[in-house]
Amino acid sequence: MQDWKSQKKPFAAIATAPVFWLALFFIAPMTIVWLYSFGQNAGPADIDISGTLDNYKRATEWLYLSIFLKSLAVAALTTLICLIIGFPVAMAITFAAPKWRPWLLLGIMLPFWTNLLIRTYALMALMGTNGYMNKGLGELWDGASWLRTLVGMQPLDAWTPVQLLYNNFAVVLGLVYVHLPFMVLPLYSALDRLDKSLIEASLDLGAGHFKTFMKVVVPLAAPGIVAGVMITLIPALGAYLTPDLMGGTDSQMIANVIERQFKRANDWPFGAALSFLLIYAMFILIALQSMRANKVKEAR
Amino acid sequence: MSETKVPIIQIRNVSKRFGKVTAVDNVSLDIRAGEFFVLLGPSGCGKTTLLRMIAGFELPTEGQILIDGQDMSLVPPNKRPVNMVFQSYAVFPHMNVTDNVGYGLRIAGVSKGEIRDRVAEALELVKLGGFEDRMPDQMSGGQRQRVALARSLVMRPKVLLLDEPLSALDAKLRAQMQFELADLQDKVGITFVTVTHDQDEALSMASRVAVINKGEVAQLAPPSDLYEYPANRFVADFVGSVNIFEGTLTLDEPDKAAVDCPGLGKVYLNHGVTGPHGANVWIALRPEKIYLHVPGEGKAVRAAAQDAPDGHNLARGTIKGMSYLGDVTLYDIQLEGGQIIRVSRPNLSRHDQDDFTWDDKVSMHWRADSPVVLLS
Amino acid sequence: MFNRTAIAPLEYTRKLWMRSWVGLTMLFLYAPLIVLMIFSFNDSKRNVVWKGFTLKYYEKALNNDSLVEAMVNSLTIAFLATIISLVIGALAAVMLWRFRFPFKGLVEGTMSLPIIVPEICLGVAFLIFFAKVDWPTDLPWPLNLSAITIAHITFCFPFVAMVVRARLASFNKEEEEAAKDLGATEWQAFRDVLLPHIKPSLVAGALLAFTLSLDDFVITFFTSGPDTITFPVKVYSMVRFSVTPEVNAASTILIILTVALTFIALKYQGVKGISDAH
Repeated sequence: MQDWKSQKKPFAAIATAPVFWLALFFIAPMTIVWLYSFGQNAGPADIDISGTLDNYKRATEWLYLSIFLKSLAVAALTTLICLIIGFPVAMAITFAAPKWRPWLLLGIMLPFWTNLLIRTYALMALMGTNGYMNKGLGELWDGASWLRTLVGMQPLDAWTPVQLLYNNFAVVLGLVYVHLPFMVLPLYSALDRLDKSLIEASLDLGAGHFKTFMKVVVPLAAPGIVAGVMITLIPALGAYLTPDLMGGTDSQMIANVIERQFKRANDWPFGAALSFLLIYAMFILIALQSMRANKVKEAR
Repeated sequence: MSETKVPIIQIRNVSKRFGKVTAVDNVSLDIRAGEFFVLLGPSGCGKTTLLRMIAGFELPTEGQILIDGQDMSLVPPNKRPVNMVFQSYAVFPHMNVTDNVGYGLRIAGVSKGEIRDRVAEALELVKLGGFEDRMPDQMSGGQRQRVALARSLVMRPKVLLLDEPLSALDAKLRAQMQFELADLQDKVGITFVTVTHDQDEALSMASRVAVINKGEVAQLAPPSDLYEYPANRFVADFVGSVNIFEGTLTLDEPDKAAVDCPGLGKVYLNHGVTGPHGANVWIALRPEKIYLHVPGEGKAVRAAAQDAPDGHNLARGTIKGMSYLGDVTLYDIQLEGGQIIRVSRPNLSRHDQDDFTWDDKVSMHWRADSPVVLLS
Repeated sequence: MFNRTAIAPLEYTRKLWMRSWVGLTMLFLYAPLIVLMIFSFNDSKRNVVWKGFTLKYYEKALNNDSLVEAMVNSLTIAFLATIISLVIGALAAVMLWRFRFPFKGLVEGTMSLPIIVPEICLGVAFLIFFAKVDWPTDLPWPLNLSAITIAHITFCFPFVAMVVRARLASFNKEEEEAAKDLGATEWQAFRDVLLPHIKPSLVAGALLAFTLSLDDFVITFFTSGPDTITFPVKVYSMVRFSVTPEVNAASTILIILTVALTFIALKYQGVKGISDAH
């Protein structure tokens, strides 16, 4: 690595574009938002940056705080489900024969590369009251009913389609559907780096597969788990489209509230304050994670 | 042989500092045209830094480097008349052998026909004829090294720099390449400057060696001088194995000297001590120069008396360790004072190694021209 | 399953429950997409009962001017954003890899922020920014897409930088020195030695940027206007108001495009490259 002073011209040639772009098109916009969060509406098109904290105060009212907490809960639940589903998948890829591995990875990643909107829409089509999921459940219901008649019991009432969409269940399902590939990748990365002979040693010493899994694999794959959790939790927390399309009136997440401030309520300063609170929440999460990582390092 | 003209490389009071660390400390030396010059030293001693300064990848903090009389302070590496073979060989992975070897010529704008001829010539020289279309990942480490060599030699530099050329090769290949490099240098006739930490390499290939310790030149001499006349304890210990004892001069004349070493005894030399010195000196004695005798029959005394006064160049001890190496046996002998002296004894006949064994008492003697006085 | 050889203790993937789990997951991931694609050929206005095979919704989709326009816009934005992101991202990667400079940590941290900050916040920021600086809104095509493109580049180039930086880490610096030693100038050494080394990461980065751009909804939603409709935004309005198989047809086209791109990249990288890249 060279000191920039020793090669000023190449450094300038290389560094100007990225730094300039970052400053103009990222730092500047974010700064304006931050400033706006201290402002208030002063007329139909003007915003007066008055240094007021009203927006932040309003953001901490129970109405909005509860949505915040609910978003966190939904995101956490989504992450947990993704972790449970994703870990065995990551293990399967890690321990697959080398010639299948890239294909399995591709299989998991390909949906991620298709448009979010399309994926959400496709899932919704299946979950509608006349969709295949309901049809499938209906078949199961009828099947159970028929089994009951076999045993001499009364058949069940006729199947009425379940409301699968436009509720919290749909939102969580949708978020899991969208974020699952995100979780698998860091898990696979961590498991791949794991020394397989450690598992063999554990088995050799008498531990069963499940014990080995809990006492050897999971602790050693911990960094990957944490990475996967962060990569899933944070985007899920800020999700907009899934709750918007698949949620009901009480399934709003924080991103939907923010959007409303800009597209409908026209209260940009308040929306700015909410946005920044979301950003601060993310930073806290990241800080917690790196503090934990440092603690682990110290403990070694 | 070099005539009395300007040395091809002159390093004048060169120092290199990285922050608080001094890697090279006021080094001055001259490298003559046609030499096989080796910079020898332990890791971190500054030898590679010195090499890179000659190549131009580091600039001296102080001092000058002149190549063929020209000051190189402002000359960037791509304009210097030297070429380097890197420790990792640095063969371009995305080009085949021909393109690799011809790279420098292409940059220089040499005509296609001439490139073709010179590349073929270079490949012949390093015995890689037939490898023209191979890709680096299809070749072994030794073959890649030859590509790197050919790539540098094809440029016809005034000096070829080699950074630890043999360290990545296995023992057999290393021995082979030592011969080949020396042979190559002979054929091509250009100056070679090599950096290594392996003293065997240095001794076998070099015409002169500069031993570097902590950024300074500990000694600059041909290999035999380095071994037989080390200038200080560092060189004596680094090149080959050696027994070193501290002592005081009891006789200090231009043509003879004697030193009294506690623990070893009295040492007599049939030459004087050169250079300014005080009474405190060290004696260096190489293991192969000490003779072992069965004690009690006066053999050692008689042998020592042949070229030294009474009581000098004699010692007694007990064998505490033995290593049979096939051609020689190494003995670690504990002296009366408690120190261990190492003796190397050739197995001249098939059962020589049976002559002595553990806990045997032995007497030793050495010739008056064997010890070396070290002043530092 | 029928095993020809016994399953070794570590061959988890050959165990039945593992295979079922993966199989079900794959089913979960792909079933909606496959059903969507199948129903794009369904001869019925509603999406649930198979009435017969038809291509008429593809016809409708391709004849839907606003849809086609939206598609073209999205592709244009993705194309432009990819090229510029590639350049800026590669430069950023080289800058961080090669130089020590004051505030380097700060620059490095700031550069990863567009990836971390939630999309909604970025979208809001761009909306506010372009409003505040009075970004012109009546430029001719393709300049009218500039606001969206700028926003896309901003969140794409850090990804490119990440990919290129990872590849730079494995570069043997002695190769560059060797080129210089043989007479190459700074620029020639970069062109002949460094660039070929990072080429795979440039391809990967370009693909990543293109997909991210084409795929994006939230940021595009906030930076596009009534006369700069992009594909995801158009589909969004179609989904909200009138769900017909036309949407399926348009979606299928996009899916096929994405898959095709992926396979082209694969051909280039080699399938092994995917697992290696991790």
